[in-house]
Amino acid sequence: MSRALHAEWTKQRTVAGTGWLLLGAITLTVALSVLVTVATTYASSGAGQDITKLSLTGIYLGQAIVVILAVLTISGEYSTGMIRITLTAIPRRPRVMASKAAILTALVLAAGTIAVLGSVLAGRLILPANGFTVAHHYALLSLGHGPTLRAAAGSVLYLVLIALLSLGIATAVRDSATAIGIVLGLLYLFPILAALATDPHLKRHLQQIAPMTAGLAIQATTNLRSLPISPWAGLAVLAAWAAAALLAGGLLLRLRDA
Amino acid sequence: MTATTAPYRSELPAGRDGFGQLLHAEWTKFRTVRGWVITAVAAAILIVLFAYLGTFRHQNGGICVGANPSSGTCQSFGHPTPPVGPGGEAVTDTYYFVHRTLAGDGTVTVRVSSLSGRTQAGNGNAASVNDLGGAPAPVQPWAKAGLILTASARPGAAYAAVMLTGAHGVRMQYDYTHDTAGPAVSVHSPRWLRLTRSGSTLTGYASADGVRWTTVGSARLAGLPQIVQAGLFVTSPQTAPAPSALVPGSTSKATGATATFDQLGLQGGWSPGGWSARNVGDTGLLPTLTSVGYHRSGSGFTVTGSGDIAPAVGQDGGYTDETALTGVFVGLIVLIVLGAMFITAEYRRGLIHTTLTASPRRGRVLIAKAVVIAAVAFVVAAAAAAISIPLGNHLLRSNGNYVYPTSTLTELRVILGTGALVALTAVLALALGTALRRAAGAVTAVIVLILLPYILAIYSALPVGASQWLMRLTPAAGFAIEQTLPQYHQVAYLYAPSEGFYPLAPGVGLAVLGAYTLVALLVAHHLLGTRDA
Repeated sequence: MSRALHAEWTKQRTVAGTGWLLLGAITLTVALSVLVTVATTYASSGAGQDITKLSLTGIYLGQAIVVILAVLTISGEYSTGMIRITLTAIPRRPRVMASKAAILTALVLAAGTIAVLGSVLAGRLILPANGFTVAHHYALLSLGHGPTLRAAAGSVLYLVLIALLSLGIATAVRDSATAIGIVLGLLYLFPILAALATDPHLKRHLQQIAPMTAGLAIQATTNLRSLPISPWAGLAVLAAWAAAALLAGGLLLRLRDA
Repeated sequence: MTATTAPYRSELPAGRDGFGQLLHAEWTKFRTVRGWVITAVAAAILIVLFAYLGTFRHQNGGICVGANPSSGTCQSFGHPTPPVGPGGEAVTDTYYFVHRTLAGDGTVTVRVSSLSGRTQAGNGNAASVNDLGGAPAPVQPWAKAGLILTASARPGAAYAAVMLTGAHGVRMQYDYTHDTAGPAVSVHSPRWLRLTRSGSTLTGYASADGVRWTTVGSARLAGLPQIVQAGLFVTSPQTAPAPSALVPGSTSKATGATATFDQLGLQGGWSPGGWSARNVGDTGLLPTLTSVGYHRSGSGFTVTGSGDIAPAVGQDGGYTDETALTGVFVGLIVLIVLGAMFITAEYRRGLIHTTLTASPRRGRVLIAKAVVIAAVAFVVAAAAAAISIPLGNHLLRSNGNYVYPTSTLTELRVILGTGALVALTAVLALALGTALRRAAGAVTAVIVLILLPYILAIYSALPVGASQWLMRLTPAAGFAIEQTLPQYHQVAYLYAPSEGFYPLAPGVGLAVLGAYTLVALLVAHHLLGTRDA
């Protein structure tokens, strides 16, 4: 197993794209968080704003880059034919899959932590200047605050689960464009369909099963009762999606010829 | 002696390499990949399927028709139908009317000496009868009090009116959608108003002293009958909902206005006898106060009214054509993937070498590809929209929902515009695919560029201003082409992307998306021409 891990690590390390994608994920996450916090003022949005969630808006964008990284981890091998060498070297296919997932998890965990810390720091520095001050009953954003820590750590986990979901789907469909279309479709279409749904029950159900809306419930720190799903349950829904995708991808990898 | 042999020449006629051949070649490439054709057809089916899923079982009274006083909950009935104005648009037409019959030409003059407001008590969510009496409150900015001349007291009738508003001065309005500003004036200072009919032309005047008059505006109402109803009216619209769904109790509240009229003067063919009064068009469609009425005061009247005379913009929970177009987002993603793969598959398989050998003028190859993928995307999306809109509207209506009427021209614009929206997005994906030569990057970039701004605008806690800038500056501006209900400055409402109102006009929004596509095509053209394949 350690050799398989080492091989995967060497592959990720020696491809120029990996570094750029991780850097891109961090930069875009922090950049969107900064833009959104700059654009939101107490005067324009009033009371009841969840500033932790607001500061972590960048995850909406950063996850797209994580999806690319995760999809290319496996479909890049299919497009170049590298997969045949990989499977010749390590014939136990679940092991290949597991080591890919492990290396991907480590990379996204590291990049996600930096991105989330950057976003929280941006919120901490920018929001008080926009009127979200103690005088308006908004505490300074701090990881010492339980729900905020949960939101921040949960956002990192969210990115990891998104990466695993993408890896599973990409293993199943093999083609990178199709895999990315499916993953981003799953992430972005659900909230749009939920927002446009005419039926309130349908709307709520869509939000409960959608990988993105359920998973990002982990970012909420205020008004938890009004959420369609509780934070940790939401993350569990995303974990179920990721597990199902990995299982399907792993089975297909095992059963099909490469 | 050396024998010379003629070099070999192919017997086959030289192949033509016009643009037509190139188009044919690219179309053949698309047509013969079975997966792509199936995917394109599936995209059309998905769009229609989502129109069906989104509407087939849905039943919504839409509004709180008649509150139940004992439990404080809404009783939901079938959605009442709003009246339709002379222009074919759905309108609100509820006001308190003190009127007389006017035959032929005539003039009515009055002084509005005061205007005050009332607002529904309670939180507006569960209205009880007591709440709907209203309590004194600041007058609504678009509360209206003045003179009106209407073809009949039937809601939706043609009319012209000159009025004093709560915060927008004196206005001349006619046939619901037309609004002309007159002199600005304080609610507290007396204001003289005059409305004159001369044939089918109605002119509104205003004056500060009843001596020097200025024209506010005039209207030609074609087909106005000889005998009309005219007189005093007062109305006051519901409050606009708060811009954030985070705030509990942000629903609209009914309001009312009370105006004191005096110095009433009539000239022309007015019927003899007294004034009659009625509450016009109170259908329960929009929240209105119950405490309306009038009484004589000295030489004039004190009138209280509640409602609005204005175009409907969606406050009553009706649906629009866009409801049936939910599936377009699904079709969009499918065609983004197809558009990117149309070129990146050539790079991956090495077919690009053959393509560029056969047609060395690379720019033309890109244009031919763009034309083919645009045509496919346009046909798929426009055809699916043309089926989805009537299907969705039919299902919604048959379940007792109200769907706003749209003119054939608007419907055509939405159908063709949806085709253009998806076509431009597919070409954007093709151009980025050409520039990046990798499907992964191109697909992600286009999906993120067009869907993420939309999600952030309608779904996140962004303030309305930031949402509107997203819908102006990003390719998501193109979704404006699907907006069917226009925005009216004279109706206070939450005109936010989350309510289906885009900051740019339909054509302009599509042009923003077109500009992104054009720039991407130019960059792709440049890179394709200067790089080795």
